[in-house]
Amino acid sequence: MKHLLGIENLNKDQIMNILETAVHFNELNQRLIKKAPTLKGRTIINFFAEPSTRTRTSFEVAEKRLSADTYNIAVSGSAIQKGETLADTVLNLQAMGPDALVIRHSVSGIPQLLADIMDCSIINAGDGFREHPTQALLDAYTIWQKLGGFEGLKVALIGDIYHSRVARSNIYLLTKMGAHVSIAGPGTMIPKEVEKMGVTVEKLPKYAIQDADVVMMLRVQNERASNLLYPDVREYSRYFMLTPELLKLAKKDALVMHPGPANRGVEIDDVVMDGEQSVILQQVSNGVNVRMAVLYLLLGGSDK
Amino acid sequence: MKRESLNVKKVLIGESEITKIIDRMVYEMIEQFSQLDNVAIIGIRTRGVILADRLLKRIEEKENVKLMTGAVDIALYRDDFCKGLSSPKMGPSEINFNPEDYHIILVDDVMFTGRTVRAAIEAVMDYGRPKSIKFVALVDRGHRELPIHPDIVGKVIETGIDDKVAVFFKETDGEDKVVLG
Repeated sequence: MKHLLGIENLNKDQIMNILETAVHFNELNQRLIKKAPTLKGRTIINFFAEPSTRTRTSFEVAEKRLSADTYNIAVSGSAIQKGETLADTVLNLQAMGPDALVIRHSVSGIPQLLADIMDCSIINAGDGFREHPTQALLDAYTIWQKLGGFEGLKVALIGDIYHSRVARSNIYLLTKMGAHVSIAGPGTMIPKEVEKMGVTVEKLPKYAIQDADVVMMLRVQNERASNLLYPDVREYSRYFMLTPELLKLAKKDALVMHPGPANRGVEIDDVVMDGEQSVILQQVSNGVNVRMAVLYLLLGGSDK
Repeated sequence: MKRESLNVKKVLIGESEITKIIDRMVYEMIEQFSQLDNVAIIGIRTRGVILADRLLKRIEEKENVKLMTGAVDIALYRDDFCKGLSSPKMGPSEINFNPEDYHIILVDDVMFTGRTVRAAIEAVMDYGRPKSIKFVALVDRGHRELPIHPDIVGKVIETGIDDKVAVFFKETDGEDKVVLG
């Protein structure tokens, strides 16, 4: 495996291999000295053409704990603002000889394009509405650690499925691993023919959440014009916010997940977000382990 | 090395001899470490851990002591990581004590180039600065590429550089033997 462009093209064994490798980084991340020399002398560029706190920091922490040299580029402050095309920018970056490029971009398919024109490993850190593979992997890792497997689990996925790359990557991953995914959201936020991805579509969250092992809430993405798809925030939260009452419909001890950043009081109630069933911060911790595993497996050149 | 895909040319050491060799190694270790109360035995994954466990049990029986033990995985510390080989499958490192308080005995099944031992030393050092580190191997097959030598060796065997030497242990492979492949 040279690139990580999405979950769609991974098989079950590849996914399990990443998760199992991540377990070992968990040990390293709890040591006093959280660093191994594995990627010493390797250069990784983090190119985030969209805002990001969690993912960018998580990648950077993962890279530095493996001793790679890392460079961060944001669109503001880069030559893209001066009118350079993305292809020209990345070819110039390539000329500096990176071993990997971590890319986040608002246009779907950009990571694939970069994989076609560049020599280094490309890691997709979120592209448009398409995929956010490391998020799905860290979600899967969290579920696997907490519940021991995927087969037969019911996972409820609530909110703006249409604009969510997190949802798409999670649906690919969870259905591949044998879990059942039930989705619910405003009709305008449910993609056409989404059933073909192997999910069940429910009209209201209460049906999706009923007896679920995991309840995964999605962010209302106002920057992607989510706000045009529902009448107003109060109406959205009345029907689709995860409240303690709604959560009671799920299995006892069901996991509450959210990829962040959360809009408190819009898609998730404060009490639930900070409650005992919430594993939202553990998702963030696990993100470092999982990204270290991805870097380890990609840059070791396992298929060469 | 995958044991099942190995083309065995010759059995170098059989089961009864392995038992005797381990016995002798135990005596040598007890002799070298007159004070065993601050000694920790750390096996290098995978088969070094099994050998370490056997040595530990024998020493504890004989001397009526309790030793610290642990395991180290060198996948993250290899010096050939970026040489286009596949990413080695990782195992967990388990060092649940502060090495600064201990004399460490690293244990592996085969000593070859010395690169594994170098990586293991670096891995242990990342947990803290031990009082000292010694190295013990069941088999020394020569062809060193680094100035590293074992403190205690079970048996020295002559090999060609391209030969494969594999140790089988009951715990993982069903029987005890050392083979040339």
